[in-house]
Amino acid sequence: MLFGPIMHFSIIGAGVAGLCVATEMMARGAKVELVDNAATPGPHACSWWAGGMLAPWCERESAEEPVLRLGQESFDWWGNHVPVTRAGTLVIALDRDKRELDRFARRTEGFQTLDGSGVEALEPDLAGRFDRALYFKDEAHLSPRDALQSLSDQLAAKGVTVGNTGTVENDIIDCRGLSARDNLKDLRGVKGEMLIIRCPDVTLSRPVRLLHPRIPLYIVPRGDGVYMLGATMIESSERSRITARSLLEMLSAAYALHPAFAEAEVLEIGVDARPAFPDNLPRIRRNGKTTWVNGLFRHGFLLAPAMARMTADFLLEGKKPEVMDENHS
Amino acid sequence: MTLFYGTELTSPLMLGTALYPSPAIMAEAFKASGAGVATVSLRRESGADRAGQDFWSLVSDFGVPVLPNTAGCHTVKEAVTTAQMAREVFGTPWIKLEVIGHTDTLQPDVFGLVEAAKILTEDGFEVFPYTTEDLIVAERLLNAGCKVLMPWGAPIGSGLGLNNLHGLRTMRAQFPDVPMVIDAGIGLPSHAAQAMEMGFDAVLLNTAVAKAGDPVAMARAFGLAVEAGKAAYDADPMEPRDMASPSTPLIGKAFLE
Repeated sequence: MLFGPIMHFSIIGAGVAGLCVATEMMARGAKVELVDNAATPGPHACSWWAGGMLAPWCERESAEEPVLRLGQESFDWWGNHVPVTRAGTLVIALDRDKRELDRFARRTEGFQTLDGSGVEALEPDLAGRFDRALYFKDEAHLSPRDALQSLSDQLAAKGVTVGNTGTVENDIIDCRGLSARDNLKDLRGVKGEMLIIRCPDVTLSRPVRLLHPRIPLYIVPRGDGVYMLGATMIESSERSRITARSLLEMLSAAYALHPAFAEAEVLEIGVDARPAFPDNLPRIRRNGKTTWVNGLFRHGFLLAPAMARMTADFLLEGKKPEVMDENHS
Repeated sequence: MTLFYGTELTSPLMLGTALYPSPAIMAEAFKASGAGVATVSLRRESGADRAGQDFWSLVSDFGVPVLPNTAGCHTVKEAVTTAQMAREVFGTPWIKLEVIGHTDTLQPDVFGLVEAAKILTEDGFEVFPYTTEDLIVAERLLNAGCKVLMPWGAPIGSGLGLNNLHGLRTMRAQFPDVPMVIDAGIGLPSHAAQAMEMGFDAVLLNTAVAKAGDPVAMARAFGLAVEAGKAAYDADPMEPRDMASPSTPLIGKAFLE
């Protein structure tokens, strides 16, 4: 029986969704095991390639309302488990695309408008380059790979094992992302390409978003002069193969942000496909002994805490989650 | 009744499928607009293994004819290859042919366009060429076998409307029997209505709807605008009268109106 006294769950998929669900379920008194082909977090998971921005207000520019509301749960949740930098987000545009800044401002809230000296005060290396910016001061960022490893370690310390197969009697929580397409027929992939570069010549303290009508770019500082540049959004489920065009666009945008990025060392290029439902909102679905947690789209780190909380509310307390719907498969 | 390669459209609005906040909003926008054609790009989405299939299936489900395009192609060879793939994926001979000449303005390379149009029509394609208002290019495209022309209103994604009214009016007048679509540069429903009032047979747009704050409401506005513009053209509008012209003597200003 679902709400019986013995609560053992096998969580399939140890990406950001699986790890957050496991952590939350453990904290709420359940017993869990993780099922994943890889023993530790790595490039097989889409979240390995994430930006790690906790930016619900910025995302609201193109995302539906639940992303803004549920995303705000991420600050405290992640803050209780891993290091989180709460330095806000800076949104800028090149001279020719300044109207994109007006549009972004109309579509969002929770920002201050800065002039050139305001930009300089926050990011001295951008002094004189941008005379207007939007500053979303309450947003945050984290290092995705460190966060995944840290959750994994914390779970291991509590005796949670990662195995190839789960215990047959357990209820299943399926967090496989795009691989769950065999069960979730309306799930699709949205390809994203990213770069990691080292550029000690430029110091940025917070994520910077450069608006452009066709090629929006964000750059997230990882510390020690390392930056993540991302990310393309292509309606394709392809999980490999970064194209020259995407590479050129991202590097050109970085160069436009600051010419010193021309001398950056390219450390890594990455690509994967985000799992998404048609409205780009996440879902919890139930069928028999299996509960699916999926469709986090480009909001893995932003929404995983709220999805984990709702999954635990549902499986441990019987509360129907707002993101629950019938399985369309 | 305008036929596009033998097909009558349910609406003279052709709507693109890029840049929407989500496929769900895109689907609602299509419904609200009543669009008669869905255009879709393949070049970047196809990947190594046609991995864009999920998205293409969504578009095919709209129940309107699909007009695949060669957006993102800069050479004849790329455009021809993309068209061939589009024919296989969507099972249609229709192709909106774009050969981009300039990476910033996305202005068409009309020389490559004519060459690609010839290759594709000989291969059985029904080509919708994205071109400028240049009359000679239009003639070359018709000679190459195109039976539809798609002159731009303004550069792709600019939202500037109909930049060269005289040029577009001339083009319309020079090829009165060729189905003609204003493609690109439309920013507002008034631009679309204006194109229809001038006697163009359809308008094609994407960004103006997809990047609106409320894409669904904007889609509806465009649907109404093309309907209004077409009805106005069909109703044979009055001729404007230029009061600055001194040709009529007004003796004693007896005619008060």
